[in-house]
Amino acid sequence: MRVMVLVKASKNSEAGKLPEEKDFVAMGNFNEELVKAGVLLAADGLHPSSRGKRVRFSGGKKTVIDGPFTETKELVAGFWIWQVKSLEEAVEWVRRCPDPMPGEESEIEIRPIFEAEDFGKEFTPELRARMERRRAEVRAQESARNKKS
Amino acid sequence: MTEAATHQAIEAVWRIESARLIGGLVRVVRDVGLAEDLAQEALLTALEHWPRTGIPDNPGAWLMATARNRAVDQLRRHRMLERKQGELEETAGSLGPQPPPEVETLIDENVGDDVLRLVLVACHPVLSTEARVALTLRLLGGLSTEEIARAFLVPEPTIAQRIVRAKRTLAEAQVPFEVPRGEDLAARLPSVLEVVYLIFNEGYSATRGDDWMRTELCDDALRLGRILAELVPGEAEVHGLVALMELQASRARARIGPAGEPILLLDQDRSRWDQLLVHRGLAALERAESLARPLGPYVLQAAIAACHARARTNEETDWPRIVALYDALAELTRSPVVELNRAVAVGMAYGPSEGLELVDALVDEQALRGYHLLPSVRGDLLMKLGRFDEARVELERAASMAQNARERELLEARAAACRLSAADVKLRS
Repeated sequence: MRVMVLVKASKNSEAGKLPEEKDFVAMGNFNEELVKAGVLLAADGLHPSSRGKRVRFSGGKKTVIDGPFTETKELVAGFWIWQVKSLEEAVEWVRRCPDPMPGEESEIEIRPIFEAEDFGKEFTPELRARMERRRAEVRAQESARNKKS
Repeated sequence: MTEAATHQAIEAVWRIESARLIGGLVRVVRDVGLAEDLAQEALLTALEHWPRTGIPDNPGAWLMATARNRAVDQLRRHRMLERKQGELEETAGSLGPQPPPEVETLIDENVGDDVLRLVLVACHPVLSTEARVALTLRLLGGLSTEEIARAFLVPEPTIAQRIVRAKRTLAEAQVPFEVPRGEDLAARLPSVLEVVYLIFNEGYSATRGDDWMRTELCDDALRLGRILAELVPGEAEVHGLVALMELQASRARARIGPAGEPILLLDQDRSRWDQLLVHRGLAALERAESLARPLGPYVLQAAIAACHARARTNEETDWPRIVALYDALAELTRSPVVELNRAVAVGMAYGPSEGLELVDALVDEQALRGYHLLPSVRGDLLMKLGRFDEARVELERAASMAQNARERELLEARAAACRLSAADVKLRS
């Protein structure tokens, strides 16, 4: 199964404060361990929400809201995608993770990624195909952009 | 934490730590069977203690310390025995002829080497392929005997016996435990890569049973491959194999229809290919290609898979390049199966009659006798040439030879389509 592992934001991460070198090294070592174990599929860190935007949907109306957003602890500062055998395995890996926000209280959240089998009957093959087509288009555009940059 | 939850957590710890644990123990006790026993005993101790004490902060170190204490105990007992019985019976114990004295200091170094050593031993050429597969899944994949048996649709005692016998063979053959370097290491890799790809393939197109795919096995093989790639990062073929598996796995969702039936590559909805795996596969291929020329068989196969991955539609597929890659692969492997695949590519690049000519040359090939894909490919080319009656005969023959139920159904359906087309042609004429 795949899981998305979300590193929640903190006051410091939202302030754009970068971790100290030793913390960087510790996280680097952890990532290396994940790669060596064949678990890590993808990972990235996110800029503070002050550089983000939201689009709110309400009764057919769409409103663009500029960051920063206030609910710091609910925001995401970074993520991994892991391939693991079970949710418990993911928990065990997170237990091995160095403190992501040293000096502050923080949380790491593990969320299983939907697999095709998880969808019920209402999720028809056509619907599924359409959703994945859209997903593929987005990724193709992303990779085209990456190539350009 | 409830007891059940703790047990699940311990299982997860085992999956993460077992290869390193067993690998570290093998280095010291120089016996795979004994190393696994020691590791298992440490696991049992954990199952006893952890539900009460909670899981320690560093469970790997805890397990290693427990197993190490056991090893030291056994060594001491063994040496006492030795002293009593004299040197003649030195080999009577299972600890091997020369147990190194500094057990404690030896155990914590070179984790990577430990895992690599374990891979090389588990895939040692003295073992049969079946034994290598079982031992690799057990020692490196952290799978239980029961899980392996389920994956390969074999009774559990069969697998258990296979593993016991494999360990005995390794002990009897006194396989060396030194990790080879350079060319010697490269020479040992094909036997490892073969095992990993075999596991992958058993998951990707199951030779037996009702399901066309068993994704769990694919995941296990991919994980083993990714681990290997980091153990021997300088070996192009390892990255080639990883690239090949990532690219093939990227199509997993698209190659099964809603009723579990197989969908062939050119009929697949490409938007359902897993782009994360495609990117990973292409990256691994790039890594492989930057390491070595000429390209080895896995890199070539990955390069072929990449041609499909890069094509956004069937029409965009670079068939002439695929043919060229198959040329190189055929020269390297001299395998009739590769020749057959090359014929398919030629058919796509230069027309079905060109392809058919090549397939016809393979019909008497001894190695392809009983291989259902030969009549299947031939039937397909005949169909494209509008020779429906001949095509139907070939496809029916292929169906009768296929061992996988889903594949057989697909071939039967295509044979039936040929019958309809043939009737249609007759009506029109």
